[in-house]
Amino acid sequence: MKSITKQKPFDELTQQLQDFSRIFIAGCGTCTTLTKTGGIEEVAAMKEQLQSQGKLVTGSVVIPVACDDITEALARENSSSIQSSQAILVMACALGVHRMSQYVINKPVIPALDTLFIGVDDGQGVFSEVCAQCGQCVLGEMADICPITACHKGLLNGPCGGTNNGKCEVDKEKDCAWTLIYNRLKEQNRLDTMRKYQPPKNYQVVPRPRVVKVM
Amino acid sequence: MPSKFKSLLDSGKFIVTSEIGPPKGTNLEKMYHHIDILRDKVDAINVTDHQSSVMRFPSIGGCLAIEERGGEPILQMTCRDRNRMALQAELLFAYIRGVRNVLCLTGDAVPVGDHKEAKGVFDLDSVQLLRAIRTMESGKDLGGNDLDGTVEFCAGAIVTPEANPIEPQLLKFEKKVEAGAEFFQTQAVYDLDKFSNFMQFARRFPVKILAGIVLLSSAKMAKYMTDNVPGIFVPQNLIDELANAPKGTALNKGIEIAGRMVTTLKQEAICDGVHIMAIGKEEVVPDILAAAGV
Repeated sequence: MKSITKQKPFDELTQQLQDFSRIFIAGCGTCTTLTKTGGIEEVAAMKEQLQSQGKLVTGSVVIPVACDDITEALARENSSSIQSSQAILVMACALGVHRMSQYVINKPVIPALDTLFIGVDDGQGVFSEVCAQCGQCVLGEMADICPITACHKGLLNGPCGGTNNGKCEVDKEKDCAWTLIYNRLKEQNRLDTMRKYQPPKNYQVVPRPRVVKVM
Repeated sequence: MPSKFKSLLDSGKFIVTSEIGPPKGTNLEKMYHHIDILRDKVDAINVTDHQSSVMRFPSIGGCLAIEERGGEPILQMTCRDRNRMALQAELLFAYIRGVRNVLCLTGDAVPVGDHKEAKGVFDLDSVQLLRAIRTMESGKDLGGNDLDGTVEFCAGAIVTPEANPIEPQLLKFEKKVEAGAEFFQTQAVYDLDKFSNFMQFARRFPVKILAGIVLLSSAKMAKYMTDNVPGIFVPQNLIDELANAPKGTALNKGIEIAGRMVTTLKQEAICDGVHIMAIGKEEVVPDILAAAGV
């Protein structure tokens, strides 16, 4: 499971950083290293880009797992360069930004990335979303292909009229989730499962903001 | 009391419906004109609901205009733009204003339209919307609460007889029937042999099937639809027929083809009626009907 990110357009970052001349940069050694959006190389490139704009980079760190509590230890270790900066630019997903903002409360912590989705890695550099974390898993009845995620419209009772030659109306490169589900259920001799009416989803399984206490 | 359209469906008469698309804006003159052309020529008029995900004057507004002008409206409702609360509220409003026929659709995807960054809702799907209507008719809303005054609708749905692959589509068709669909208006069909095969399947269910007839206005348009519109396949012989029509007469040829198809469907009792979609050329729907002799 990886948190999939992309770098924000540099113009947007420039705008967000316009009031700050001294920046501390934090990357992440896990997900954003894999997606090449916030690992050692990307942090170094960002440092150069900011310096070429006349910013002073007071320091940088690539936190092994930026969403974890190790961020606290590294924030403490880098405390002097963090404190001499005016803003922290985080090249982790939003979970890493959140984590950093809990330890550095007297300065703005600014995301350098947009967090897109929680995805899996196919090993060939392709990251795809397979779960939308809806809180009511239907995989057991859908031949393990999630229609909430794999169908553009998140339909629960079969394909829409936009399906064409097994592809999706929004992108001819994308498979129609319901063709995949149908084929796989058929292969498993379980088409009756697809005939079953799926009632409207409960969108309030855990009302937002979602919190679960594990005692 | 069943709607006028429902009584006609049950009468066994060969049904003819057509459709109008409301305008983008408040100038309703053209829509009124189309209503006036169609209202006495067809049994009911569908009003599209932000067709192709393009924001327009609302479907319910078009239906009220049809009512006011003496026609029988079919309210198209997609699940794209409203959650279950808004859909139910609109059904209450439609009912109280005399709109008694509803066509339940999923709705096109947001990115194909003209508000590409909008949030697609899809809180319900078309099968769930059909069930929602039946639930409301029983006096309850989807939250399980009592309604003070209920509704009664003739509910319909759509099906794409030439979808590829067809099996998942037919499975959903069955779910729609079970959910309470009383009639189906199909995606455009051109190959009547293939459509007859679909009808052999559909005849097993207690629903009325109106074959979708999309007017072909030129060979180019026919080819475009075949290449780009999911589930539409115009056979090459029809494309050739349009291409070989003398210059400036392709539309007349399209009217002739549509008329011919309606005649065959009716004479051979292949299905229960037709739904004619003229897509911007509503003026010629009476010509198609005249060509078909209905």
